[in-house]
Amino acid sequence: MEPVEKTSRSQGEAADEMRLIARIRSGEQQAMSELYDRYSKVVYAVALRVLQDAAAAEDVLQDVFLQLWRNPDAFDASRGSLAAWLAVITRHRSIDQLRKRRPETDIEECVIASGPDLRDETERTLVVEKVRGALAEMNPDQRTALEMAFFQGLTHAEIAEKTGEPLGTIKTRIRSGLQQLRTRFAG
Amino acid sequence: MKTHEQFADDLALYALGEMAGSDRQEFEEHLHTCAACRRELQALRGDLGLLGLSSSGPQPPARSKERLMRAIAAEPPRWPATAAVEQPRRSLLWTWIPAFAALALLFVTIGIWRSNQHANDQLAELTNRNQDQRIQLDRLNEELRLLQSPDAVHVSLNPMKSPRQPSGTAIFSPSQKRMIFMASNLPPVPEGKAYELWIIPMKGAPMPAGVFKPDEHGNAMMMDHPMPEGVITKAFAITVEKAEGSDKPTSAIMLMGEVTAGG
Repeated sequence: MEPVEKTSRSQGEAADEMRLIARIRSGEQQAMSELYDRYSKVVYAVALRVLQDAAAAEDVLQDVFLQLWRNPDAFDASRGSLAAWLAVITRHRSIDQLRKRRPETDIEECVIASGPDLRDETERTLVVEKVRGALAEMNPDQRTALEMAFFQGLTHAEIAEKTGEPLGTIKTRIRSGLQQLRTRFAG
Repeated sequence: MKTHEQFADDLALYALGEMAGSDRQEFEEHLHTCAACRRELQALRGDLGLLGLSSSGPQPPARSKERLMRAIAAEPPRWPATAAVEQPRRSLLWTWIPAFAALALLFVTIGIWRSNQHANDQLAELTNRNQDQRIQLDRLNEELRLLQSPDAVHVSLNPMKSPRQPSGTAIFSPSQKRMIFMASNLPPVPEGKAYELWIIPMKGAPMPAGVFKPDEHGNAMMMDHPMPEGVITKAFAITVEKAEGSDKPTSAIMLMGEVTAGG
């Protein structure tokens, strides 16, 4: 079992992110610059993987950070980590872009639970390795269903049609795949 | 009518943004009433966040940051440009000093009146009371000394989300290692709950700094609270906790203020 302590989200991380958000709330542009330096690679990577288009990914990157600048209170630092929250928001915005539809997710409504410590590059690298390890250990069908749903934005029904599997099976694969990820970080 | 189990079964669909129309509306209505589903939804989003982090790729182009910073600079200010942390405000200090002085005078007056009433036949009791009053006056003088201290630092705590009516002020002196905290317009806390003040140090976890409940007008005050030794205070925050207080914050921050001078 890997040491959980290394990657568990700490009070320090939450306080650190609260301070950053408080500075953004007060209109401090330097705080936004720091936030961008810290998390732009994560946001860009998610957008690029979903959209497969550098220009479109750059647009989503702009949109996500601008939304946070306009509404810093949308992120609740006492709950989940900012990196994970940005990854989810970016995925949703990218899928909206992919489907040429209006944004469907209200960023204020997107509250996430505490996860691992993702404050600095080293911690994030550790977490990313762990997530990839968990994905590699998954049943390939399960991993494919999960990635099709998250990165390609396919609905469960579309995945079922593409893979020729029953809808219920796809639903179970996605749910248990996410559960496996959570278990991996729980202990 | 769907059961809780049916809604719970569809949480991943909702987290992935697959629901639309009446299904989504019905699901969101259930979410409003079901804490278990809300918790699981937040956990699922945390799982999705981890999945998102498995992506890797190049750094975004350098022009992207320039573009963002230009866009931000061009944005109209959407909130007052005042910092969340206020500089020490003498005006507030001077508004409190007369109040304390009046309070001190009141104690003295009451003390003298009571002493006269019992002077002849209750000398022993009078002595005790005078001692009590002296202690109270000493305490008030101590509070005045903190308020008048040249290094007294004021920290205003503002709401994390609108509406912004509730507010708090912490005044502490690093040299005296003591703090006064005042809050106003606080909503009442539920049964069995109380507000808890936290000292957020430069390093380490938030430290509990006292539990309090507001009066019927939403006002609260904590007097003469000791500040931990050897701790550099970065910020103060308030959360709602169980009535006896918690060792660490368990709910969202309601008010928060950072220290910009002293501390």
